[in-house]
Amino acid sequence: MSDISVLYDHPGPRARARNRILTVCFAVVLAALLWFIYARFNAKDQWAAAHWNPFLKSSVWKQFILPGLFQTLSAALVAMVLSLAFGLIFAVGRLSAHRWVSIPAGAAIEFCRAVPLLLLMFFLFFGMPFLTHKPFPAFWAVVIALTLYNGSVLAEAFRAGIRAVPRGQSEAAYAIGLRKHQLMRYILVPQATRAMLPVIVSQLVVLNKDTALGYIIAFPELLQRGGNELTANYGNVVAAAIVLAAIYIAINGAITIFAGWLDRRLAARGSRSTARAEAAVLDVATGG
Amino acid sequence: MHVFTDPENQRAYLAAFGWILKLTGASAVAALALGVLLAAMRVSPIPVLRGFGTAWVNIFRNTPLTLIIFFCYFGLYVNLGVSLSADLVRNNFWLGVVGLSAYTAAFVCEAVRSGINTVPAGQAEAARALGLTFSQTLRLVVLPQAGRAVVAPLGSVLIALTKNTTIVGTIGLIEASNEMKQLINDHGDAVITIFLVFGGTFVALLVPTGYFFSWLANRLAVRR
Repeated sequence: MSDISVLYDHPGPRARARNRILTVCFAVVLAALLWFIYARFNAKDQWAAAHWNPFLKSSVWKQFILPGLFQTLSAALVAMVLSLAFGLIFAVGRLSAHRWVSIPAGAAIEFCRAVPLLLLMFFLFFGMPFLTHKPFPAFWAVVIALTLYNGSVLAEAFRAGIRAVPRGQSEAAYAIGLRKHQLMRYILVPQATRAMLPVIVSQLVVLNKDTALGYIIAFPELLQRGGNELTANYGNVVAAAIVLAAIYIAINGAITIFAGWLDRRLAARGSRSTARAEAAVLDVATGG
Repeated sequence: MHVFTDPENQRAYLAAFGWILKLTGASAVAALALGVLLAAMRVSPIPVLRGFGTAWVNIFRNTPLTLIIFFCYFGLYVNLGVSLSADLVRNNFWLGVVGLSAYTAAFVCEAVRSGINTVPAGQAEAARALGLTFSQTLRLVVLPQAGRAVVAPLGSVLIALTKNTTIVGTIGLIEASNEMKQLINDHGDAVITIFLVFGGTFVALLVPTGYFFSWLANRLAVRR
């Protein structure tokens, strides 16, 4: 039922009139809400030019926003590469026929998926120095925590993708004399990866958002630079939060559009293993 | 294990997870109600409602939750003077619930909408042929079937929400992650034990929840 208009009839004169009345009612409520927000901002002097002007200065962008954005994106990208490797290794491990490989791999995946990212980050950043007797860099605390969590999500996605490859592929591989690891490497993983490509790209959105947790351990990413350091200079928290949200929304929206395009393109090409397991796809869309 | 034999630490541990459960419960109810409402808006015949639903989802799904919680405290409370309780701790709790619900509702909306898409078009066509209105079609025919299809995804959203409640620690609520940090700083010799106890509690809470929801989804699935 992707065409939602099946839910209602083509509007006749009465339905059109009713829809118009509802439109006006909702528009009035929405306008009242927006007016309330505007008035509230006004009362607290949040529209003052002093709050918004800093974002027109190139020095503010050069000093705070762009370096923060760079840290955010580099943490997200490094974590992406590492979690792909982690995900692949643990997915193959969990599918292994040897129990002494598959059970620990499964346990590690379940543990990393169930523990909140912030707990992992705090353990690395505040706990590791007690064990190693030297400070743990905030960048790596963020990247490793992101890798463990997103790697385990991707591992489940890969596993679903590998299992979705038609059985004839494995049978053909065995028939031409490939060994089990060759089957994985040359036949299953490449096909699964292609089918999972849109999921992998949309996981970038999750990574990009989760780097903001670095703010809590003073990692100088976008929220830390723009929400904390910039506002310490200009005292414009509300304005800064709105600008930062717009930056995040623009970047993540672009990634989402790209993932959708990739999905349609792969589907149009008729890649047979696009029978991606729905569960794996949905896992990405939970806001975790 | 000496850390967790101290009754004071035990109380702190229970209080920390008490906050996690309270935040999850309150936000889950609010996010479910708001999310279903948003999903209904997104499939409604009225363009303004559809636009509002789409805008909500795109804004909240693409903004980091940390930024939303940050805004709830520094923006809503400190700068705009929105106070939800005279008690400081209660106030932080409710500000956290507002942020978590607004964020999670976007994911609930998307899950419900994908559930609506799994209901065959014939069902809605039959409902319309019987003369049911839009709200009757949605309430009596489509949503009950969609509801069964979204049990599994909503379970994943609930699990994500439970983990996300730790972010409310940013605005000073002593929930699990803050309490763990506190204990780690006080007991540098038992770092791994402390992490395993806190992480293990989440595993014990969430892994069974996951299995429960996939069992429930399987049981309730509409056989077609």
